[in-house]
Parts: sequence; structure tokens; C-alpha cells
Amino acid sequence: MKEGQVVEVRGVEKSFGDGNQRIHVLKKVDLDARAGEILMLVGPSGCGKTTLLSAIAGTLRVEGGSINVFGQPMHSMSSSALTKFRGSHIGFIFQQFNLIPTLTCAENVSVPLLIQGVSSSKALARAKDSLATVGLGDRWKDRPGKLSGGQQQRVAIARALVHEPPLVICDEPTAALDAKNGEIVLDLFREVARSPGRAVIIVTHDNRIFSYADRIARMDDGRMIEERESDHSEKPHFDHEISH
Amino acid sequence: MFRLALKMLFGDGAKYLMLVFGIFFATFLIVQQSAVFCGLMRWTSSTLRNCSAPIYVVDAKVEQINETNALRDTDVALVRSVSSVRWAMPLYTGIQRVRMEDGTYKAVQLLGIDSATLAGGPTRMISGNVDDLRLPNTVVIDRLATERLANKGERPIGVGDVFEINDLEARVVGVCEAERSFTGGPYIWTTYERALQYTPPSRKMLSAILAAPIEGKTIDETVADIEAHTGLKAYSNQGYGTSKQDFSEATIWWYVRNTGIPISFGTTVVIGFIVGTAIACQTFYAFVLENLKHLGALKAMGMSNFRLSLMLLLQSFTVGIIGFGIGLLFTSLFAMAALKNEQPPFFMPWQIPVVAFLVIQTICALAALLGIIRLSLYEPAMVFRV
Repeated sequence: MKEGQVVEVRGVEKSFGDGNQRIHVLKKVDLDARAGEILMLVGPSGCGKTTLLSAIAGTLRVEGGSINVFGQPMHSMSSSALTKFRGSHIGFIFQQFNLIPTLTCAENVSVPLLIQGVSSSKALARAKDSLATVGLGDRWKDRPGKLSGGQQQRVAIARALVHEPPLVICDEPTAALDAKNGEIVLDLFREVARSPGRAVIIVTHDNRIFSYADRIARMDDGRMIEERESDHSEKPHFDHEISH
Repeated sequence: MFRLALKMLFGDGAKYLMLVFGIFFATFLIVQQSAVFCGLMRWTSSTLRNCSAPIYVVDAKVEQINETNALRDTDVALVRSVSSVRWAMPLYTGIQRVRMEDGTYKAVQLLGIDSATLAGGPTRMISGNVDDLRLPNTVVIDRLATERLANKGERPIGVGDVFEINDLEARVVGVCEAERSFTGGPYIWTTYERALQYTPPSRKMLSAILAAPIEGKTIDETVADIEAHTGLKAYSNQGYGTSKQDFSEATIWWYVRNTGIPISFGTTVVIGFIVGTAIACQTFYAFVLENLKHLGALKAMGMSNFRLSLMLLLQSFTVGIIGFGIGLLFTSLFAMAALKNEQPPFFMPWQIPVVAFLVIQTICALAALLGIIRLSLYEPAMVFRV
């Protein structure tokens, strides 16, 4: 892997189903992600971008090709090694937030630390700090159900960052948010991506947020059709009028 | 992490209560029915404790205390002739009828004991004196008889009151504590000779011989000696589980083998197990399914299947322990009421709650296992799908 490169995907293939029902979702896909950038993986629904994201995150096995993340061969690691690697190197942000509704915000945010074996009290203290960085320091006691969609996504971001993973993976992070909250969330991503040695990969088909990308990789029908630098002017920033 | 697992469990109030209810219900059915069964089985041998003696000698064909196969009067002397026997006394046991003032009859368990030694007499007197049994036409009754033999709407009978057994006068000279009999009738003690007068005559009337070993001989050794020298059947009477030749044990097992009682109670216990399993497994599985997305997210974030399984086991066993505790509490309340009213029979040896606890935790383990299987089949990548 080249210097500054955090993800290297080469010739990755993945299919689902059997026989005539077999669908090739990824067809010899190549992709690179570098430290300090926001990489957006874009394309129409069903083009394979979430499958590729899952493969990079180590939550899905591929059938061919190679995936190296921080020099680790994700395609050939054992399940337990992959699980451990995910826990220490990757922060996840899901479209539907996936916060546990019966836990407080601080408890939700502390989960990645607890997974790593940090003590409950230390994890909770760091979770509160992490919530403060996303502007929700005073809501640590609340349960997610009491927060707006945007606030919940910020809690999810705090959870993804609390253990300081070098790679943050986001699946449609703004899909369930209004324009204003989408903007807040993306500003946070930009901050994260600028911190040393970190990279953010975002899967989206929300063209309102393309301007936040440093690079854009476009997929269609399981293939990577374009991978280029962004000039930060692809589309306008969130237009509050449009969102209404 | 385990604290969070418990918060996830308690946070879903409806499912948590449903799970606890299922386990409580299973515990209550299993423990309560087992204890009532044990109580009933204990009642079958209550004569052995009410009429206490170290050794019972009966006819060779007799298998349990409530079965009478009369001996010859000379058999008492035969048992006394055994060198390891310290003493041997005659005993009459039988169900007789007491005529009430309104003309109705009540069945009683009549015990006729040796008038000289009063061996086999009541041990816990409430009022009166057991020695007064040596006076003419006298009986000692148990506490149940004071209510049962009282005329309707009148005070319980006591010392000094008179009633009739088979048209012969019986004057109460004492009231004692006694265990309830299997047949439900109260116990009445009198002397052996008077018991024969109260009973319609037949050729042989000696029900059993009470005996004790000499010093230096164990009960079991004397039991073996009696059987060897007399050809009669001898049982020790020290309580269930004390000896292979124990009369209580023989009696209880006779009822287990020859009546439908175990099947009846066993069916209820099995139903308790099935209902508990069904409710616990179904509800816990639904709980896991509802949280699958969150558990999947934990898996994606790096939590191992092993740790997730431990979380599910913790949740399941926590419900098991709480439900079991509540079930046991309700069983205790039932027991208090049962013991106060002296029915239904209730006897709970320590083995019942221990076995029930293991059964309940097995149910919980099954419920957790279903969840673990479901979770292990869940690919963490699924969490990216909406």
C-alpha cells in the first residue's frame, strides 16, 4: 500500500443467490481511500455501494480480489481476527442510527469502549466527552427516543468516534435527516476527516452532500465507473428551501 | 457490557414482565404440585409417626402401613422371644365409625395400644393426660377430631366429652397433636383391649407388633433377626431414606407404584414445564428478534459471538432467577395457607426447590440458546440494510 493510503480494494467480486438466481453485485471493483479525506461512494440504488462498504468494513466476505485496510488483508483474515480488527480500527455510522433505545446516550456511546474492555466508569466518562464534541454534552442522560433524528445521528457519530478509530464508515448518514441536521452532521465528518491519519468513507446517493467530498467514487451495476477528486462545487450545499 | 445487557432487558418492560410471568408460572406449578404430591405421600405414612416405635412387625404379605393383614395374638410372644428384641407390644389399627348426635357417621383412624406401657401413644399432648387411657371407656383424640366430631354449630369437643364408636361409649381424656391421615379421618387412641371391643369381632385382630432393639443392636440388625426367627415381616421406622427396610419408604413407594397419584401430579408438573418453556422461549426469542438490529450493530462494531451469547445467557438467567424467586415466594404463601388449614397436604423437602431451580434454568438456557442460534446466523453486514 502507498503512503497515506488506508484502504486498497483490488478486483473485488461478490455475488448473491444460486444458479439462475445468482446476482453479481460487485464485478472486479477497485478502490482506494487515503488518510485525511472524505471519500464518497455514490451511485444509484442497487449498484453495489453498500455491499462494497460492508466488504471494506469486514462485515461481509468477498469471493474474489483483495481488500487491505491499514495493511491488513481483510479478505483472508479469520472471523475472530476480523471482529477484533473492526472493534479497534473502524467506527460505524448507520442510516437508521442503530442506537439501543433502552440505554442512555452516554451508555450507547460507551459501547465501542466496553467492547474493547475499557472499564464501565472510564468508558462512560469518555462517552460524555465524545457527546460534548458533537454538541450534545448536556443530553448524556437522555434516551435516544427523546432526541430528534439529527441529534440521534450525532449520538451515533459520537459512538463511532469515541474509541478514535482511524477509519469511519457511514452508510447513508443523511438519508433520515433534514437539511439543517444533515449540514451539522457533515461538518462533523469534515472535522473528523481532517484529524491526522483518519479517513471517512460515506455511501450516499444524496447529491446534496457531494460538495463535502474530497473524492468521489461512482458505481453503477457493480462496477466502479469513475473515481476522481472533488472540486467541492459539485452541487450546492444544503439548500434549506429545497428541503422543504 | 453485562450491565448494559441487563438494562436492555429491563428496558423492555412488557417482554420482561411476560418472561418473568412465564417463569413464575412454571416455578409455581412445578414446586407447588411437587410439594403437594410429597405432602400427600407423607400422609400415607402418618400412622408410623403418630404411633411411633423403632420397629413394626406385620404379616409377611403386608407391603405398606395402611394395609392390614391380621396376625395371631401369639405372634407378640413370638417376637418377644427373639433375643435382640428389648420389648414388643400389640397394635390395633383400623378405620371405625363414630356416630354423631344427628345420626350421621364420621370415619376415624382407631389406634389400640398396649395399656401397660402405652407404647405407640401420642407424644405431643395439648390437653389431658395420656395415662388416663387406662381408665374405663377412654380415648385420646387428635386436634382434627375436636372439630370433626363436634356437632354442627357447636364448640369443638375436648376433655370430658363423650361420643360413641360402634355404639360403645368413648370418653375423651386427652387431646393431642397428630399428623393428618391419608384417609382424612382423625386419629383416636385407646388401649388395645378396648380397641378390640370397639371393633366388630373377627378371628384375628392384631394389626401389627411394635418392637424395639436391645442395647448394642441396631434397628436393622433386630429387623433382620425378627424376620429370620419368626417368618413375619419386620420394618424399621426411622423415616424415609434411612434404611432399605424402612416402613415409610415402603409405604410411599407402594402408593407410587400402585396408584395414579404420581401420574396425576406428574402431568401437572410436566404441563408447568411445557407452558414455562413455551412462554419463556417464545417471548425471549421475540425479544432477541426485536433487538436483532441492535445486537447486529454490536456485532458489526466488534463484539464477538461469544460475548453476545454471554449477554443473552445473562439476560435469560436473570429472568430465570427473578421468576423463580417470585414463584417460590407464591409457593411459600400457598404453603403457609395450606399448613394453617392442614390441607391440602404440603411437604417441601430441600430437593424440590433445588431440582425446580435447575429445571427453570434449563428452560432459560433453552430460551437463550434459541436466541444465540438466531444471532449467530445474523450476518453483521445485514445491519447496513434498512
